[in-house]
Amino acid sequence: MSQRFKDIDYIGVVLWLFRTAIVVVVLWGTISKLFLEQGNAYTTIDWIDFLIAGLSQGSLYALIALGYTLVYGVLFMINFAHGEFFMSGTMTATIFVALPLSSSGFLDANPILGMLIIIIVAMLVSVGVALLTERVAYRPLRRAPRLVPLITAIGASFFWQYFFRGLYGSTLIPFPELQVLVGKWTVFGIEILKTRAVVMVASVIMLIGLYIFIMRTKTGTAIRAVAEDKDIAALMGIDVDRTISITFATGAAMAGAAGILYGMVFRQVHFFMGFVPGIKAFTAAVLGGIGSIPGAALGGLFLGLIEAVGPPLFLEGLGIPGAHQLKDVIAFTMLVLVLIFRPQGIVGERLAEKKA
Amino acid sequence: MSSQLDLRNTARVGLLAGVITLGVSAVGMLESFDKRDLIIGLLTLGQLLLFSAPFAAGFLVTRGEDKVDTGEAVVGGAVAGALTAVPLIALILLTLAAPNIRNSLVNVSPELISLLSLGASEIVGSLLLLVGMAVLGVAGAMFHVLPDAIRKPLISGLGWMLGFAILSEVSLNILRPILGRGLMRALFGTKGITPLLAAIIFVVAIGLTIWWSKGGQQRYEDRKAAMSEEQRKQSRRISIGVGIVSLLILPIILGTYLTEVVDNVGLFILMGLGLNIVVGFAGLLDLGYVAFFAIGAYVMGILTSQGDLGIAGMSFWLALPIAVGAAVLAGVTLGIPVLRMRGDYLAIVTLGFGEIIRVLATSDLLKPYIGGAQGILQIGKPTIFGFEMVKPIHFYYLILAGVGLAVFVASRLRDARLGRQWMALREDEDVAEAMGIHLVSTKLLAFGIGAAFSGLAGAIFSARLSSIFPHSFNLLISINVLSLIIVGGIGSLPGVVVGALVLVGLPELLREFAEYRMLLYGALLIAMMIARPEGLWPSPITKREFHAAEEEEALGGVQ
Repeated sequence: MSQRFKDIDYIGVVLWLFRTAIVVVVLWGTISKLFLEQGNAYTTIDWIDFLIAGLSQGSLYALIALGYTLVYGVLFMINFAHGEFFMSGTMTATIFVALPLSSSGFLDANPILGMLIIIIVAMLVSVGVALLTERVAYRPLRRAPRLVPLITAIGASFFWQYFFRGLYGSTLIPFPELQVLVGKWTVFGIEILKTRAVVMVASVIMLIGLYIFIMRTKTGTAIRAVAEDKDIAALMGIDVDRTISITFATGAAMAGAAGILYGMVFRQVHFFMGFVPGIKAFTAAVLGGIGSIPGAALGGLFLGLIEAVGPPLFLEGLGIPGAHQLKDVIAFTMLVLVLIFRPQGIVGERLAEKKA
Repeated sequence: MSSQLDLRNTARVGLLAGVITLGVSAVGMLESFDKRDLIIGLLTLGQLLLFSAPFAAGFLVTRGEDKVDTGEAVVGGAVAGALTAVPLIALILLTLAAPNIRNSLVNVSPELISLLSLGASEIVGSLLLLVGMAVLGVAGAMFHVLPDAIRKPLISGLGWMLGFAILSEVSLNILRPILGRGLMRALFGTKGITPLLAAIIFVVAIGLTIWWSKGGQQRYEDRKAAMSEEQRKQSRRISIGVGIVSLLILPIILGTYLTEVVDNVGLFILMGLGLNIVVGFAGLLDLGYVAFFAIGAYVMGILTSQGDLGIAGMSFWLALPIAVGAAVLAGVTLGIPVLRMRGDYLAIVTLGFGEIIRVLATSDLLKPYIGGAQGILQIGKPTIFGFEMVKPIHFYYLILAGVGLAVFVASRLRDARLGRQWMALREDEDVAEAMGIHLVSTKLLAFGIGAAFSGLAGAIFSARLSSIFPHSFNLLISINVLSLIIVGGIGSLPGVVVGALVLVGLPELLREFAEYRMLLYGALLIAMMIARPEGLWPSPITKREFHAAEEEEALGGVQ
């Protein structure tokens, strides 16, 4: 017994040192940026731009993160292929709907209707891919050891990535530009790129819609019941398999919509686009507390912010060249740090150790 | 059971086979496989793929019934085969209706359509395809009706012939120095084998199968049973000796190109053995395993490079232990923060580590030290007694030595106390701790030793290529290694070798595969987990475990 306590202390010290080192590095970078003016000089407007870019990117992460959170809630499984659900709908809708609509002029004539059609197609394709994946790769393994579905999820992720690569080619495909959304709006004296504003508003609407769906509708109640206890839920007359499928579909629909918003902001789609946003959205879900919908939203926004503000703030402050290249490192470091020090996330319960 | 043709099932199987073939066509696999001849002038790999779909559909439809009625088999097979053709015909007609479809689906090319419509025009070709696939479906279904005495030789004849044709490059390279030019031309093409060789193999395989079933097997088993204990030991010793000798002379037989392929397989075996300790023995799913490979390679590169980035100009042998040591150190360092993490969270965090290292390697931050995207050049070659190792054959022996060492270490550790501790840890961490297993040191040893093998592989890798670039160290390598140990059999040492041969060796021989490698790996991971989670060559323990799980399920165990 005493041996065990010694271990914990020893590891605890190492982790504590690690944590302190990170805090010191971040503080040092921030201070030298703000007070010693290392690196590029930014005006207040630049900083506001960084913030807004972060928030709009973060709201996309939030939408994708919902899929991880919902599935983790019901199955305690990391759906590694979720980024591919995001990609599949976006690419398909871009190639078969957005590009034709744009070249025929329909999109610019009826931007709202056009975007709605594109988003709905993307959602449908994402949902289709998600349901197929769930049926083939996850459902047969519901009672298998926990690593088994994770491995099939990894397999599914690569399968879809390279399937769509074969289907649509490996080139970057341009997402059409909407004439209406070129330029900036001025809100309270702050200039915002129109696309970013639309992304934020659309995300908030979808997040609220999803929250209402989960908390107020019968199906949402069923999802929560299955998340609580599958066997009891089955006894209460809930079709567990069907509910799990609906959960996957809901997450995938959000991802499909997020994908189109992503295309609008970055103006290009490709077969590999799901991977990094997928991992970052997972980070966001964990950050907020996996299993919790408001947590996913908070985590997404937080991650987006720190990713946008981090490189100019404390990385440049440290005198690191090409700081923006290390944006991904910040996100992955966040993931590692959260899982080590606060696996329950901002609002969630402690899952990483207990239920694992 | 009165067998009644199950129309719904027939339709489902047929259409499923068709949709899968449609997918295979649409991603371009069929067309690219069509460029590879199996039997020259008769059959390409693409055609084999295309025609095996209705055959398999017909076969599956009639499976599982005790006594198959011939008439029913014909009808079922024909329906299933014809339905397989339906999605493909839809694709052909789609290209007629929308000629611009190639702008969106890049691989739906005129060549593909001509392949699908069997060289005829679209409409005629569709009908031909329909009829042809129905016939093949019947052939597949008839396989159940045939008596064993015909079916078994037929299967082995076809199997050997196709297997030989697919791996023709191996025999081509081995036989080229032995056989004369004229004979080679009679037997092999640049890709694939000639109909003559195909016929010879087919006949020989059938002959041997018949001989085996008509007494050969009996005689062999009788003789084996008659051997004394001493003789049996001796025969085992002889076979081990033959194995070692053939490993030693292998590169001489194989020739330069195949030796290079084997070198590649060897490096993956080395990494697989390391990851097998972490994932297979200790049950810690590590997706950032490529990081240690990269560290081994980069340390070797920096220490031995003659270029601008080289700092020490060391010899390979002096740098090797440092590179391995650096990998171990990294393994332990990255292991400490994740000590308390389990299962899938561990997987994601290690994936994060791997990505961090990759991004750092390409970034400007470390560019002055490790070259950024331009990588490190002019890495030193190993020398032995003044003899410089440059050719693949030299590296073959180096890699063989490394793999030999790794197999020895891994197999000894598996049977040692540490191995038992790892397995206990894999089964249940809490129970293992309660049994007095020191979790911290056990886990860190797994990470450290696993990283050592990977670092060794990385060091050899960088010396072999003499230049390294960060893009060689991407996540796909980790997934590759993970796939090969899962396909081979998690926790099984021979499984690692089998997995590496199948997943690394085979795609190198069939370069048409290369582009679809990850697609097939993904599908394979799913298929293996569902159909055969213990792998191709399972270790006895995991095999038992997976069966235990099944038994529990059969007893109605609820979580």
